[in-house]
Amino acid sequence: MADAQTLKQLVLGRKDVQDMSDTEHELPPDLMTVNMGPSHPAMHGTVRIVLTVDGERVVKSDVQPGYLHRCFEKESEHATYTQVFPYTDRLNYVSPMINNCGWAMVAEKLLGITGSIPKRAEYIRVIVSEMSRMTDHLTCIGASAMELGAFTPFLYFLKAREWLYELLEKVSGARLTHTYVRVGGVGKDLPDNFDEDLTRTLDQIVKVMVEVETMLNGNKIFRDRMAGIGAMTRADAIATGCVGPIARAAGVDYDVRKDYPYSIYPELEFDVPVGTTGDCFDRYLVRIEELKQCISMLRQCMKQIPPRSDVGDGRTMIDDHRVTLPPKTDTYNTIESMIRHFKHIVDGIKIPAGETYAFLEGGNGELGFYVVADGTGRPYKAYVRSPSFVHLSTAGQLIHNHLIADIVPIFGMINMIGGECDK
Amino acid sequence: MAQKVLDAVKASHAAAIEHTESQHGDEIIWVKRDQLLAVATWLKTEPTMAFDAPVFCTCIDRLDWRPLGVPPSQRWTEDKPRFEVVYQLRSTQHRFRIRLKVAVSESDARVPSLASLWPAFDWQERETFDMYGIRFDGHPDLRRIYLYDEFVGYPLRKDYPKDKRQPLVRRDDLPINPIKRPSIFDDHGKAK
Repeated sequence: MADAQTLKQLVLGRKDVQDMSDTEHELPPDLMTVNMGPSHPAMHGTVRIVLTVDGERVVKSDVQPGYLHRCFEKESEHATYTQVFPYTDRLNYVSPMINNCGWAMVAEKLLGITGSIPKRAEYIRVIVSEMSRMTDHLTCIGASAMELGAFTPFLYFLKAREWLYELLEKVSGARLTHTYVRVGGVGKDLPDNFDEDLTRTLDQIVKVMVEVETMLNGNKIFRDRMAGIGAMTRADAIATGCVGPIARAAGVDYDVRKDYPYSIYPELEFDVPVGTTGDCFDRYLVRIEELKQCISMLRQCMKQIPPRSDVGDGRTMIDDHRVTLPPKTDTYNTIESMIRHFKHIVDGIKIPAGETYAFLEGGNGELGFYVVADGTGRPYKAYVRSPSFVHLSTAGQLIHNHLIADIVPIFGMINMIGGECDK
Repeated sequence: MAQKVLDAVKASHAAAIEHTESQHGDEIIWVKRDQLLAVATWLKTEPTMAFDAPVFCTCIDRLDWRPLGVPPSQRWTEDKPRFEVVYQLRSTQHRFRIRLKVAVSESDARVPSLASLWPAFDWQERETFDMYGIRFDGHPDLRRIYLYDEFVGYPLRKDYPKDKRQPLVRRDDLPINPIKRPSIFDDHGKAK
């Protein structure tokens, strides 16, 4: 049997550290290539980064998306405008309602009915969009905190997110992939007592946010890991196409809801938080402030929303035979409505030939759809301008010269959503 | 709103512009391919334009363009360019939005790259190359981005069948990896 020294040499491949000569103490001087992801807890499952590291420092990186590519654009070219809604749910699956609204907006812009959507439908869209924005930010902050070792805020925020998901489930019937918005309005009206449910949920979320902010804002570990990490200047943020919380943290006061107002946002009072340093901690603060603005906007919406009625502002669907299905009683009782229903479902909503780009403020920034219509019920070309894809393209630049451990907060605060980034 | 952008571009670059149009409130400028870089540089640097923010870059394949409700002369025919490369720009200061379009034929599907002016177009042009096979001259790193290197064809072209499958073969080391090791497996998948 070998003695202890030989055994150690066999197992470790060398003797004890103190036995090594001085030159052996130093790290090897050559660069090393490491794969981070695609199967890595902090890569959210879908991105691979090929890192060239000098010790712990990143000197070169190649970010490779595409592991979640599901051919959204190709599939959309073969689906009717209504059939694309379920696909949009799966783009940014943390805030599907906003994607639904974006797709509805581009179809309405092509039809020229943007201004004639009933008020109540617009309010419902904004309510569900802002709730979705909250779920987006709650997930982003919670997950980032968890990746830095703070598990409690993650659990608290996911609890709060679950309350919102429950409400959205009551509204749409599905917890995650809602498919709730339609061209010309929304699928159905809000459920009974939605007002009280939402008010109660928002009050609970305010409490949870106080708890989480107390845990994170002054937390030395959290601040050390976030502040000064992955900073971006204002000029860089604009030139690289960044929008949303990332650009606002860098000092770009750009918010589609303010700069190119759509829907009923001009009637709401809200602030756009803007950061100064553009680092991860500012991105976190901007998102926290946006959550508060969402809560305020939702409360205003519930006060201002027109009451339910079958005519005028209280409808949830535009009265336009091109986009609405006939009432079910007519469909089952008259042949004309039956035919119209059939044509509507099989051929889709006929959109006149033309092209347009419609955009709105998504959870991560300007989310847009560029559609070329050819007069049939299916888009000739559909392109989604996904903020995650643009933001991820800056990741290589942001992690440059940072340590491997810093990739985790930077990547968390970029909030890359695989479905949206990879389409 | 951006009508004055169209007028200004027409006034300063009359020879470079094919024509301009407006659709649903979006302003579109058709630029000649060899002048694209000059027009884009002017749009970015001219203070009254200041298009500092890139929005997106994509391409339209007009292969079976037979729109309903428009004159047949607008249909695509063999003698017309097949692809339209589209750039959307935004001006943070003036809030203008503009769309640049360049028509390119299938046999010569090349466009000058704008990645040097707006870094965001680096990945967007790679995506357009990946999906439509448009070559961007002067692009720093024109590789596929969503699909794998072994993929044959360009999936968003209209002549690529939707249900075509290309199973992913085993991928060897990536070209950017500095160390390339010989495989430890033989052709039958067994360790050497």
